[in-house]
Amino acid sequence: MIELTEVTKVYGEGRPDRVEAVRGVDLTIADRAVTVLEGPSGSGKTTLLTLIGCLARPTMGRIRLDGEIVSGLPEKFLTEVRRRTFGFVFQKFNLIRGMTALDNVMLPAFPLGVPHARLKAHARELLEHFGVGDRAGLGVENLSGGEAQRVAIARALINDPAVVIADEPTASLDGARVEQFLAMAADLKAQGKTVIITSHDPRITRASVVDARVAMADGRIVEATP
Amino acid sequence: MTSASLASRPRGSTLAALSTCGLVLALGALIAAALLARPATEARRESGRALARELGLTDPALFGEARYTRHPSQADLASAFQDAPTGLDHFPAGSLVAAPRGFGTGHIGGGEE
Amino acid sequence: MGARFERQRHLLDFAVASLARRPAKNLGLTLVYALVVFLLGSVMLFGSAIRREAGVMLADAPEIVAQSMVMGRHDLATGADLEALKGLRGIRRVEPRLWGYLWDSAGAANYTVMVPSPSDAAHALASGEAIVGEGVARARKLAVGKPFFLVSPAGKFLRTRIKAILPQASALVSSDLVLVAEADFRSFFAIPADRYTDFAIEVANPREVSTIAEKASVRLPTYRFVTRADMHRTLEALFSWREGLALALLAASLLAFVILAFDKASGLSAEERREIGILKAIGWETSDVIRMKLWEGTAISGTAFLAGLLAAWVHVFFFSAGLFEPVLKGWSTLWPRFPLSPEVDALEIATLALLTVVPYTAAVVVPIWKTAVTDPDAVMR
Repeated sequence: MIELTEVTKVYGEGRPDRVEAVRGVDLTIADRAVTVLEGPSGSGKTTLLTLIGCLARPTMGRIRLDGEIVSGLPEKFLTEVRRRTFGFVFQKFNLIRGMTALDNVMLPAFPLGVPHARLKAHARELLEHFGVGDRAGLGVENLSGGEAQRVAIARALINDPAVVIADEPTASLDGARVEQFLAMAADLKAQGKTVIITSHDPRITRASVVDARVAMADGRIVEATP
Repeated sequence: MTSASLASRPRGSTLAALSTCGLVLALGALIAAALLARPATEARRESGRALARELGLTDPALFGEARYTRHPSQADLASAFQDAPTGLDHFPAGSLVAAPRGFGTGHIGGGEE
Repeated sequence: MGARFERQRHLLDFAVASLARRPAKNLGLTLVYALVVFLLGSVMLFGSAIRREAGVMLADAPEIVAQSMVMGRHDLATGADLEALKGLRGIRRVEPRLWGYLWDSAGAANYTVMVPSPSDAAHALASGEAIVGEGVARARKLAVGKPFFLVSPAGKFLRTRIKAILPQASALVSSDLVLVAEADFRSFFAIPADRYTDFAIEVANPREVSTIAEKASVRLPTYRFVTRADMHRTLEALFSWREGLALALLAASLLAFVILAFDKASGLSAEERREIGILKAIGWETSDVIRMKLWEGTAISGTAFLAGLLAAWVHVFFFSAGLFEPVLKGWSTLWPRFPLSPEVDALEIATLALLTVVPYTAAVVVPIWKTAVTDPDAVMR
């Protein structure tokens, strides 16, 4: 369970380009469910996602993860929490070019000291699971958009996180791929993962797999269902 | 790349270790060669030492172009133009070899020790 | 140990992959680095080898050399002074020596013409015979049995036949020698019978060298006495001075390299910044990123150092420091061809490592730190 209490995020405090990206958000995200943050670009949903995912700390307010306050943790511990709890699928996938798909999947586990052979086998399993096992040895720059996304999802899962966060997952996918993504989300949910997605794509926000919808505008929550 | 060749692809750390080992081994081989050649080296140096002893040589014969560069510990200081420490020197080695200093005090113990 | 080792190994894996992704930049840096190590290493190896060589060969140089001085200049020593020295307590033997320089216009070289000691049976010469050093033989294309002519500054002619050529093994000290018989030497340079170039003094107790030199300088106040320690110190100073000069010149290249390394390390491309952002976002700690970057630096400096040292070693000991030869040689036509033998000195190698690795590490650490603290949420923006 992730609970946000009066969370505010300000960028560039004290500067003329000061932006209040998230303003006083109260939100509870249920475990083992798919939650979608929807809203137009600039509505603050991506910022909220970075706060939930411990990529940044809120300027004000509190974030609790399973009852434990994480918003005030120093960087080192925050990284620890992030690595233990969250897997990220970025909008542009953010795979590292020049490395193979397999290496990219293994990357988040590199600092953990997992034995190489086990890690490699696990990464290969994940790639197989998402149907890109035959792409393991390819450089990621040679992958199609859909393949890159599967590799990115496999990478997000390598450390077996409880929460998977996906930022605008369908921005660079065509229709058929959207269906595939939704299937993967359902699959993750079935595995007991909490899935948090930002999107302004109705094919995602209206999908049946989605359990909760949070609509945002101008840094605030305007509607939350249920 | 196929899966099979992927499996055999060496890790970066392996490559780094191998190249380091290669360089260290090459260096080690050179050092070992030098150590093995030690007796021959010593013999060669001893023959030079014996010659220097027999002839009473005092300096290496590295630079023969200026008088003070052949016997820097022996040549007299006051020769005009070339031998003074600040003297203009028309020999290239003069820019690499210092003019001898510390001589001319006439006895031991008067200068630097 | 397992997890810790595996972790470092994984970071090294990534570092190597990351280096391989920018081959031009990193290869260039490594090459320049190796070149700097090569230059510094060559100077150090060459300097220590030649010092060692000269040190051993001249270990038995005369204990004291006495030179007559007139108005501060070197003058010929006399037979009377020889007798005066001989009577001094503590002196075992005084060897009057005859040696001098000869500018040979035919060979365009300075020779050291010398009369071997009468007690030196190996180089005993009859009138009309000569033994020459390796350099002289080379310059004048001499062989045993061939005739060899010298012309004195006064125009006097000395006709000799080569009796022997000194071995190349001792070329470092003997390259420019021309050994002739005493009678030939005296008539050639017009030196009267009881005059000598200087005296080589052998003392009874080597520990009393300075005392004896002091006593002798009281007895013969117009002489200066040069002890073996003095000679060695002068040579040491000379070699150190020259090596120091070369190192000082190379310091500029070292500095240039450090600037280059700093520039490369701080001028991270947008791509590299993005990568570091990704690593932090997917759960790498700042310390992991720094460690990975340090592995990168270690890989570069380790490879460059070893390769540079290897090249320096080959250069100095297999190619006789060929690159330095023109500088060292100057106008010497009798530059000795002497073999250099390596001296393995751990301290020296450590010094070289310190001189090159530390500046490089210092130059890259700060920029690494700066990039490693990038906010992980940068990748989301």
